[in-house]
Parts: sequence; structure tokens; C-alpha cells
Amino acid sequence: MNVSTAVFYLIALITVVSAGMVAFSRNIIYSAFSLLGTFMGVAGLYVFLGADFVAAVQVLIYVGGILVLILFAVMLTHRITDVQITNRAAGRIPALIIVGVLGYLLIDAIQATPWVKAKEVVYTATAGRIGDLFLYTYLLPFELASLVLLAALIGAVVLSRKEIKE
Amino acid sequence: MSPNDLSSYLFIGAVLFSLGLFTVLTRRNAISVLMGVELILNSANINYVAFSHFGSGNADGQIYAIFVIMLAAAEAAVGLAIVLAIFQLFHTIDVEAAETLKE
Repeated sequence: MNVSTAVFYLIALITVVSAGMVAFSRNIIYSAFSLLGTFMGVAGLYVFLGADFVAAVQVLIYVGGILVLILFAVMLTHRITDVQITNRAAGRIPALIIVGVLGYLLIDAIQATPWVKAKEVVYTATAGRIGDLFLYTYLLPFELASLVLLAALIGAVVLSRKEIKE
Repeated sequence: MSPNDLSSYLFIGAVLFSLGLFTVLTRRNAISVLMGVELILNSANINYVAFSHFGSGNADGQIYAIFVIMLAAAEAAVGLAIVLAIFQLFHTIDVEAAETLKE
């Protein structure tokens, strides 16, 4: 077992264990901070997959943006000390059965399918190719994405402002 | 399981998806439900990038992953704004307490 395999196992372990903490932790602050481990672990997996730009975007947007947003929402809405109220879970047994069956089916399908692999897996810098694709093939979705972000920006401001009744 | 094997990435994605679905199904807290949605989106992204890397070799899958990340950011912003508005209205963010659209 060489170094890169060991690092891969470590990253996979961090990702899965943090996701488990998100799902099972009794305290929402622990859940929110465990999300950090999952996002960083997924960014590490992207590096293993040769997707350097996506890994950087993952760290910037998920860790730098979404996680901070979630932490702000947690802090703004909770009596943090009250563990029982903050992260209640209901119906665990049926959910566990459903998720267990679904997960078993997924993993079974992954193992049973003969995946076609490319002849040679190449590692090149992807930022240039992604930029080309965005400005030629995916130009319309790219412009639509900016509209969606603008709408989300305005919508978030409108929704979260305090309404002053006359 | 090895870093040069497609199915190991798909396996991690499947585990993340199951844990995210479990979070969405069991949590009563709206913010925790959003965290579960983020886990599910991440698992989908792992699959996109893994298939792009091991399959065709072009960057189309990574483009889709970036679009998913962008939509996740928009979803988190609007979703958490809705959560804050619900908290101001009902003084709780238990998803079962907030079952009406108006006070």
C-alpha cells in the first residue's frame, strides 16, 4: 500500500465519518461543524479524480459560503444550550429501514454493474478546458446561472428582511 | 477499494446519499434538513466527477458539478432565508410546527 492509497483511505474515512456525525449527532452545532469534514473530504476526493478546479470551487463555495451561512442560521435561530430541542429526530426506525434497503440496493448495483472504463486516465489542468466549455458549449446555461443567482440574492433579501407594519 | 477504481468513488457517493436521506427523513429541524440536502448534492457531485474522470475523460461532468454547486449555494441562501422568516413568525423551526403559510 503506497502513500496515495493511504491518503485516499484517510480522506474517504473522514468524509464518511463526518457525514455520519451530521446524520446522527444529538447537537446541531456538532452536526454543522461535521459538515466541514464532509465538504473538505469531498474536495480531497475531487483532487484524486483530477478535478482541481472543482475542488477549489468546492472549498470556496461550500466551506467558505454555505457552511458559514448554515452556522449563522443555527446561531440566529436557536437556544444553543438546549440540546434536546435543537436537533430532535423522529421516526428513526422506519427511516433506518428505508435507507438501509436503498443503500443496499445502490451498493449492490454498483458492484454488479460492469463499468466501462476509459483506456487511459489522464491528469491535466482542467481550468482552461472548463472555461472553454462555459463560453462555447454551455454558454446559455452559464448565463441562466447568473440570472438564477441574481434571483436568489434578491429573494433572500426580500424573505429575510423584517416587515414593518404601519 | 483503491483510488484508481471507479466503484470506490461510487461507493462513497452511495454512503453519503444514504446518510443525507436519513438526515432529511428523521430530522425535525429545518436547518438539519437543509444539511441533509447538502449531503445528497455532494454525493451526486462525486458521481458526476467520477464518471467524468473514468469514463469519457472530457470535462462535461465537472461542468455539471459546478452547476450543482452553484444551485446548492442559491438553495442554501433562499432556504435559510425562509427558515429565518419562519423563525420570526412561529418562534420555532420545527418543520411540523410550521405547517401553515400565514400566521
